[in-house]
Amino acid sequence: MQSQPILRLRNVVKKFGSFTALHGVDLDIEEGEFFTIVGPSGSGKSTMIRLLVGMDEVTDGEIWLRDNRIDQTPANLRPTCMVFQSLALFPHMSVGQNIEFPLKLRNSPPADRKKRALELLDLLRLPHSYYDKRISQCSGGEKQRVALARALAFDPEILFFDEPLSALDYRLRKTLEKELKSLHSRTGKTFVYITHSLEEAMVMSDRIAIMKEGQFEQISVADEIYGRPVSRFVAEFMGEVNLFEIEGTTTGGLHGKGIEIHVNGDARDFGLALENGTTGTLMVRPEYVRFLTSSATADFVVRGILRADYALGSRIQYEVETSAGQILTIEKLREDRFDGPEGSEVILGFDTENVHLIRGA
Amino acid sequence: MMERIDRKLGFLSALPLGIILVLSFLAPMVVVALFSIMPPKVFDLAHIPNFAAYSVFFDQGYYKSLLWSLGMALASTAILFVICWPLAYGMAKVFGRFSLILTIAVVMSLFVSENIRLFGWVLTLMKGGLFEGHLRALTGIGFDSPLYNTGIIIFGLVYVYLPFMLFPLAQGISMVPDDARQAAADLGATRWQILRQIDLPLAAPGIMVGSLLSFVLAAGALAESKILGGQAVIVIADDIETAFTFGQNWPLGAALSMILIVIIGGLAIFGVNRIDLDAIMGRKR
Repeated sequence: MQSQPILRLRNVVKKFGSFTALHGVDLDIEEGEFFTIVGPSGSGKSTMIRLLVGMDEVTDGEIWLRDNRIDQTPANLRPTCMVFQSLALFPHMSVGQNIEFPLKLRNSPPADRKKRALELLDLLRLPHSYYDKRISQCSGGEKQRVALARALAFDPEILFFDEPLSALDYRLRKTLEKELKSLHSRTGKTFVYITHSLEEAMVMSDRIAIMKEGQFEQISVADEIYGRPVSRFVAEFMGEVNLFEIEGTTTGGLHGKGIEIHVNGDARDFGLALENGTTGTLMVRPEYVRFLTSSATADFVVRGILRADYALGSRIQYEVETSAGQILTIEKLREDRFDGPEGSEVILGFDTENVHLIRGA
Repeated sequence: MMERIDRKLGFLSALPLGIILVLSFLAPMVVVALFSIMPPKVFDLAHIPNFAAYSVFFDQGYYKSLLWSLGMALASTAILFVICWPLAYGMAKVFGRFSLILTIAVVMSLFVSENIRLFGWVLTLMKGGLFEGHLRALTGIGFDSPLYNTGIIIFGLVYVYLPFMLFPLAQGISMVPDDARQAAADLGATRWQILRQIDLPLAAPGIMVGSLLSFVLAAGALAESKILGGQAVIVIADDIETAFTFGQNWPLGAALSMILIVIIGGLAIFGVNRIDLDAIMGRKR
């Protein structure tokens, strides 16, 4: 039996004047989960987290933390806390005082506070000597850890993150993503994370919610969102993708401009059927597209001209312009690289097990 | 090498202002200091120094004037802080464009001479003045004038020195990051705890500058006690003026000045040392 969700949103609406930032959102977050909300700027994810921590009030709807309705509870009375984008460390306090701040508010004795602060420094792999350091003496990554330690000292039911890594350089961000994931498993706490970076979401999360214009477009595990997006928006948001407009034919097959489809008879067997006259979007990720030799074939074939290639480290990315004028992206591992010159004619192929059909999009 | 040239250029650039400061600020101070150790009622410095003027300060009760000045300055500074905090908070964080109007309004009051504004209050508050006169004419009931006591002097100090507390305070409060307040609330702090542990310490430079300015100005203030207070109490600035004018006792005036300067200067140095002036001036550490 599945346990009760730790956080439930029911029909949550947020309006700013005549602008509706959230359109009646429902959401269940499970205990102990690392849940990430991803969306472009303006999608409503920041509004969402402000409502969740209590920095803004809902216009309508309910937020439940286990059996308590909390949408009217002010931030300082909610048993949750947040790591801010800016980290919001207190510049006039030492590292130790920052970490102990929530404990001091609860009047816990100084010796206990210090003991807990040192434990948290251990947990976040900062040396004990940092206890007396000034915040201004810490590097970006160290400040990040201090902010995390302070939030953990609060011992929240849920720990929220508002894009805390976005200001850091790429290398440090990659390191901290992994640290956060490991911290999540070591603490067993529920993490709710907001970011505009899908990569970040994929590395860390148990489940991902994609937000668009104040609504959830899709909520699922990373593989599902990557492989089976429910809409064009999600497909395109989840990295490089090739999309083809197709429609159902009278014979129960599929037809698309600029793409040869060789599975017409048994498209149904692969869950790819479309009703006669209805349209859909066929999606294939760049790594599943093959360069075909003239003799070989595939379920789907596209002809085009190689326009460019880029080295991406372990992979090579190719750009091919199809006869219909569409630009396709193909990615190959170095060992599978295609050696034709730019401008050469190429035949591309991919198979039914690697495509996904977005209906009605 | 470059550093030495830089330092030399810096020194040369500072030289003109340095000379002006030495001549206009330091030189008179030295003259006052020298006069304060001259025997009573002399008008030049060619005498054997003694400390007679300083002993007069204690013997003839001038210390009472000083205590009144310092006491009323302290009271008006405390009142100013309490009045200005919410106003300054609004200006820095809430009012938006309206804070510009407020700034202009407060600054405009400085365009009219302090004495004229104080006489305006006298005309407003005196027996038969704007308030009492109208009230008595309309209702037949009058009231005693609130003028000519220490309370009204403190009111006058608060009124005149409000801008000197308000603006530094607003500057100080604007230095408190919003996210620090939000984070404190998120971590469970009440409004009062946020004020005590976040707002006050982070706005400390502004509080210190505002308090020092109003205290220093109020401690040396004269017009409020003369015009509004009707000399209900004698303040130290009054004694100094009298000593230099009617009393014709320059050494006494100089000694009283020195005492005031040392106390206020000590306070200012103590205060300024404790805050980060660079921070409030907007320079990075």
